[in-house]
Amino acid sequence: MIVSASVAMLQNQLAQNPLGDNPISWILNLLFYGVFIVFLFYGQRIQLYVMLREVEGSLYKLRHIKDEGRKTAIETIKEIGKPQTDPTARIDRFLEYFTISPQNLDPAGVVWKLEHILDVRDVRLKDEVKMMAPSADETQTNNLENTLEAAMALNYIFKVIRHFYLLGKKTLSLYVIMQIQMLLPLIMREAEAYASALKAFAFGQPIGDGAGALVAGRLMHGYETKKLPKDCVVATVQIEGRTAYVIKAEGPGGNVGKPGDAIEAVIKQNKGKIASVIMIDAAGKLEGEEVGEIAEGIGAAIGGPGVDQFKIEESILKYHIPINALVIKEDIGDAVSPMRKEIIDSIDKAIERVKQVILERTKEGDKVVIAGIGNTIGIGQ
Amino acid sequence: MAQGTANSATRISSFVLLIIFITLALSMTALILAFNAFSSDPLISGWLILLGFVGVGISMYVLLQARRRVRHLNKAIAPVTTTIECKKCGFKTVREFQRGDYILKEVEPCQKCNEKMMITAIYREVKEGDKDHYRF
Repeated sequence: MIVSASVAMLQNQLAQNPLGDNPISWILNLLFYGVFIVFLFYGQRIQLYVMLREVEGSLYKLRHIKDEGRKTAIETIKEIGKPQTDPTARIDRFLEYFTISPQNLDPAGVVWKLEHILDVRDVRLKDEVKMMAPSADETQTNNLENTLEAAMALNYIFKVIRHFYLLGKKTLSLYVIMQIQMLLPLIMREAEAYASALKAFAFGQPIGDGAGALVAGRLMHGYETKKLPKDCVVATVQIEGRTAYVIKAEGPGGNVGKPGDAIEAVIKQNKGKIASVIMIDAAGKLEGEEVGEIAEGIGAAIGGPGVDQFKIEESILKYHIPINALVIKEDIGDAVSPMRKEIIDSIDKAIERVKQVILERTKEGDKVVIAGIGNTIGIGQ
Repeated sequence: MAQGTANSATRISSFVLLIIFITLALSMTALILAFNAFSSDPLISGWLILLGFVGVGISMYVLLQARRRVRHLNKAIAPVTTTIECKKCGFKTVREFQRGDYILKEVEPCQKCNEKMMITAIYREVKEGDKDHYRF
């Protein structure tokens, strides 16, 4: 319809005086027809080149972020680990590591297979870090492992975007380049989040994801702690006349532990006589919600690959234990970058809400499990 | 290598700059010609004014966009602060984060009561201008 209207307009112009009365209108008319014809035949290609330029700009930025990340990782390992030889080659090899998730054609038992793969990966990465940084202690090793994982994520994001950019350029397919261009703002946000995470991990600063661990840390501070499987600690604390088993990953190194195993162990030790499990974690906020907002709900508040959530759900189902969740809202950038003041300020409010849940949902003399979930980097107990 | 790529990412391309300045120069010429032709041929002058302003607008927009990209890449990370408190007398000090600091770590004795102080918070403060503002 647009084409036929344009043709009619062109015919009308030609019937009158195609060149106009003066040279300026002649040039402008010619320019108009020229632009019209070019856009008619090459519009999609021009759009493709505009999109490619946009992706190229982001690719430059991603390369800059990735190289900065690699540089930070190398410098931190040299500074903390004091290796005898230059660790650069080993770090570059580390950045290319991959993990193959288990086959799920037959989903029965896939959780255990996934857990095994993740355990092997964890051991392998830790061993690599120990070889790269022989002088690092346990806390520093955990922090360095987290630093390298952030650098690894940045490397991977850069490679994927570069792949689609080059594929789009080679095939000149609008649809190949369009899908990456549309997702680019979200991918860039993620990359920037990993870049700030990398700095936080390198310095051992607490990150937003540790909000749950900080609530548990504050609750258990001053009480005797016992180690739990795996990389977790528990303290027995009296809260409002109830016995609370407060669990968190062992800090202050970068560590999320295995809260699934820890909660299962505490429930087993008490033969299932637990009145309630309360989980506290950082959760992704929707745009428009305030950072540090607290929300209450039901269910296992824990992210990750799902192994721990599965184990917690299995344990509470076995003994029919009610489970309550408390989340502290933050976006992806806040979750992996140094903890914001708003999140620190919300910790006391979260502790009050935990006490309120205990008062409302349990009776005096009951036993409760309080699990603070998240990366405990920069948070002690 | 990293330094080299950092430069290529943070630098405004000289080709882009050249195009911007050529467009700007042509636009300015169009505006001057428009001024001269105003009395003799108002139609041509009108077209030249339009052309000149569109040219100046486009080149300024492209220049500002390129500068914004560079500024965005060089964005500084907010400093991280450590708060240390005395549990006994409530004395509080705030200093810049140092490697080895962690929340709930016991540090140097209190200046007032000589009791051991503790790190109670480590945080970064987002500037008011960088915060999200919502109408809804």
